[in-house]
Amino acid sequence: MPLSLSIVTAQRSVMERNDVTKIVVPAAEGQITILPKHAALLSALGIGEMLVFAGNQIEPYVIHGGFIQVLNDQVSVLADAAEHAEEIDVARAEAARERAQRRLSGQDSEVPRGGVDVLRAQLALQRALARVRTARRHRTGQPSMR
Amino acid sequence: MAGGGSVRAIRDRIRSVGSTAKVTRAMELVAASKMRRAQDNALRARPYAQQMIAVLSRLAAGTGEGSEHSHPLLESRPVKSVLYVHITADRGLAGGLNGNMNRAGAALLLQYQPDVERVAVLPVGRKGRDFFRRAGMDLVADFSELGDFPNFEDVRPIARIIMEDFLSGKVDKVIIGYQRFVNAAVQRPTTIQILPIEPPASEEGADVASNVEFIIEPSPAALLNTLLPRFVEMQVYAAILEARASEQSARMVAMRQATDAANEMASDLTLAYNKARQESITAELLDLVGGVAALEAS
Repeated sequence: MPLSLSIVTAQRSVMERNDVTKIVVPAAEGQITILPKHAALLSALGIGEMLVFAGNQIEPYVIHGGFIQVLNDQVSVLADAAEHAEEIDVARAEAARERAQRRLSGQDSEVPRGGVDVLRAQLALQRALARVRTARRHRTGQPSMR
Repeated sequence: MAGGGSVRAIRDRIRSVGSTAKVTRAMELVAASKMRRAQDNALRARPYAQQMIAVLSRLAAGTGEGSEHSHPLLESRPVKSVLYVHITADRGLAGGLNGNMNRAGAALLLQYQPDVERVAVLPVGRKGRDFFRRAGMDLVADFSELGDFPNFEDVRPIARIIMEDFLSGKVDKVIIGYQRFVNAAVQRPTTIQILPIEPPASEEGADVASNVEFIIEPSPAALLNTLLPRFVEMQVYAAILEARASEQSARMVAMRQATDAANEMASDLTLAYNKARQESITAELLDLVGGVAALEAS
């Protein structure tokens, strides 16, 4: 019996389907794979790529923190933000990455020195990188980074 | 020409009432389309809210009552200071919506005031802000002008402020008040406690779930640590979305009533106008007939 999976954020329901055979998700403690008959699980999520295997396709998503619950082959992902790889605005993600990198290296002229919230900038960088990587890897017709 | 002046006055009034009706009709249509979007936003936030409540109740149940999994945001302490988050519209012309909410908020605060040292208000929306400012209340921040369709990120700072104030011990209880969207015709002023968090009572599924051994990663405490702040944010967000849907539907109904009233007034005036016109014509005719008769008699 396949898994049924839903990905929701506070703003919207991102996806929902019940023919999923395998899920790879960035949990807080590292990447985990969920197959049917997985034990009941509640876990925090990290930032990164999530792969949904359904039919003979792999649907890539990018997930930015949140939670996952697995119970009786019902998988719910409550993400802070989630997008399908096709939905990612690569130009925006690139711009966000550059901005975060500038902030972290202290070269941002808009922000006074010492006024940088390092933790926030690091998280922003992480999110931007996850978006860019996921989009690059899966976007059709675009050269792959790796 | 006895009635001439009043005929013209009536005609001017018909014209002005008619243009008022046009304005209120336009506002009704705008509100109707905004209501659909606002309602949509509120509906789309619901699955997340439901799942989060399910996860939270499982986590509370799964960790068991014996094990001490308490978290500062769950901590209930003697209430010395209350913070009230008051959600209203930025604009009026929405019937009794804002007035009812302000009255409900004031009633709530009056209920607490005798027993606590401090009552403060965090207004979200100009109508409520102005109301509590005039009342001389202590306003901790002002989140007016969030727009008709705020997103999650717009709302997070509100949640952050109330959590900070709660965790630092500045306030012991946080209540949120908003117009709950029942349907397009009915909105109900609602107040709920958001801090300390009262873990949602486990529902149907949770009875089964409490027997299931959950693997919890990284740890129940760590999970609560990220889940509870999200829960607060989600509740604030959901309340604001409901309030926005209520606002647009209340405005739509109020504007429809105004349009109907204006049209009715216009038809009454048209009747009066025709009567007055008829009278003035009759009077002129009588003058004429009288004049001819006088001439013939002489």
